[in-house]
Amino acid sequence: MEQPLTANFKPHGEPLSLKEYEKAGGYQALRKALKIGRDAAIGELSDARLRGRGGAGFPTGTKWKSMPPLQDDPGSRYFVTDADEMEPGTFKDRVLMEGDPHQLIEGMVIGSLINACESAFLFLRWEYTRARDRLKTALAEAQQAGYLGKNILGSGLNLEIHLHVSAGRYMCGEGTALTSALEGSRAVPHSKVPRQTQSGLWGRPTLMNNVETLCNVPHIINKGADWFKSLSLSSDGGTKIYGVSGKVKKPGFWELPMGTTIREILYEHAGGMREGLKLKGFLPGGASTDFLLEEHLDLKMDFDSIQKAGSRMGTGTMIVLDDKTCPVGMVHNLEHFFAHESCGWCTPCREGLPWVASILKDMEEGRGRPEDMETLEFHVKHLGPGRTFCALAPGAVEPLGSALKFFREDFERHISEHRCPWR
Amino acid sequence: MLTDAMKKQIQEEVERSGTRKAGCIEAIQIVQQDLGWISDEVLVEIAEFLDMTPAELEGVASFYNHIYRKPVGKHRIMICASVSCWIMGYEKLLDHICRRLGIQMGQTTADGMFTLLPIQCLGVCEQAPALMIDEELYTHLDENAFDKILEKYREGA
Repeated sequence: MEQPLTANFKPHGEPLSLKEYEKAGGYQALRKALKIGRDAAIGELSDARLRGRGGAGFPTGTKWKSMPPLQDDPGSRYFVTDADEMEPGTFKDRVLMEGDPHQLIEGMVIGSLINACESAFLFLRWEYTRARDRLKTALAEAQQAGYLGKNILGSGLNLEIHLHVSAGRYMCGEGTALTSALEGSRAVPHSKVPRQTQSGLWGRPTLMNNVETLCNVPHIINKGADWFKSLSLSSDGGTKIYGVSGKVKKPGFWELPMGTTIREILYEHAGGMREGLKLKGFLPGGASTDFLLEEHLDLKMDFDSIQKAGSRMGTGTMIVLDDKTCPVGMVHNLEHFFAHESCGWCTPCREGLPWVASILKDMEEGRGRPEDMETLEFHVKHLGPGRTFCALAPGAVEPLGSALKFFREDFERHISEHRCPWR
Repeated sequence: MLTDAMKKQIQEEVERSGTRKAGCIEAIQIVQQDLGWISDEVLVEIAEFLDMTPAELEGVASFYNHIYRKPVGKHRIMICASVSCWIMGYEKLLDHICRRLGIQMGQTTADGMFTLLPIQCLGVCEQAPALMIDEELYTHLDENAFDKILEKYREGA
């Protein structure tokens, strides 16, 4: 089984130096991309069926293609890497940046140069201090070696990468809010029309990608679309960094073929549940995805299969709920997070999420009332898609709505017994 | 007060950021690194230096978890309050930390050594529960492990 993203990781997790990365074939894809040109490179990404690994699964080739050609819209344009990994339960981009920072930088340089961006931003969350230090070193090495700066590899093209360390807010992971943050404004989201590829940073064409997505790019350019598709067990190409947290025997992350079954990830790789615990449910791809149950274990972890089952693959990092942990308490923790991180821009989200969180807190502390169930259902409906600028509120009610469906009795017991039965 | 050294550092960041305003997060972080927190007076000075209105900069400063608009202790203990850590024993760990330090979340110890703050998912969910002290990450925590870490910082003082 090939694991292109993590194959070169060192056993103790130290990062690859530039020399080591080059020895493993690093920066050859950049040379090749410059040689074959924009259309061929983007064609390869589209044929490879690379879909965005930030959670939405948008086809990367399609996104890159939507950048207007330079002759149609001359002037500045920007390339942005979203490394603001803050989705609770998610840690895949961290391991990629810590383990092989040049892999990401090469992906960024390829994306920037073939899309005529001379300025790139790496938007990193504050807490990733180890990744920050390693990226700084790697950027300096790349600059020294001529992979960044003026006239890169004699192409006549220039690129500066600016590492922006954010000051910590979940909202910044949303594309339009991230743009506001980079411009130095309060990071609230705005309309997605026009698309950022038409009008993004300072109103100029801007291409934004997730870390894991970009790490795949050099490999696709090097080895081609057919190879990339052959790695996968599903219709989407490539491998995926899957992760598991919660009370399993061996929590961790693994690079596996896209479309590996949940059962294999949870039982073969994460070792199954700890002794004495049963699986009650799990969030397949971070905090903002719907719960799934034991009956879903044989689903393939890919965008379409998980969506068909009523949830989302999201970031591909699962959070496991066991039978000795209170589902209402877990949902309360999630909704408290979303209420705290709501930027306050849209009324349903600003007003609704704190209400939801306070009802759940009441339930946990024995003050739940029968009519609360209806109020929670009301919020699931009215915070759903289409009522707010961004996906924070719809994402926040995904675990709530699915918990009300799957664990309804547990909520009702909190109300009828005036206490949390797990405490 | 903004020193010349701070201004020089901010100017460098501003030049890489695209516009003066776009460097405001960097500017705040540079100043906070030195002064520990961002007072109203300092906020106004930074805003002037960046050609922003104080209100505009306050809108940014009040938005982020790592910008302090009130004084904090010498060390910030940021305990991950997100879902994986919650499942793995966050509440018990938090209780212990509050008892050990004699403070509640958001408070600073009387000697000014530690401020206890909640933090969103630290991205080390497979090593939960976790916390950060300043820029250092600590994982696989329990009460004993925390006590040992605390000892280290107390000795360092």
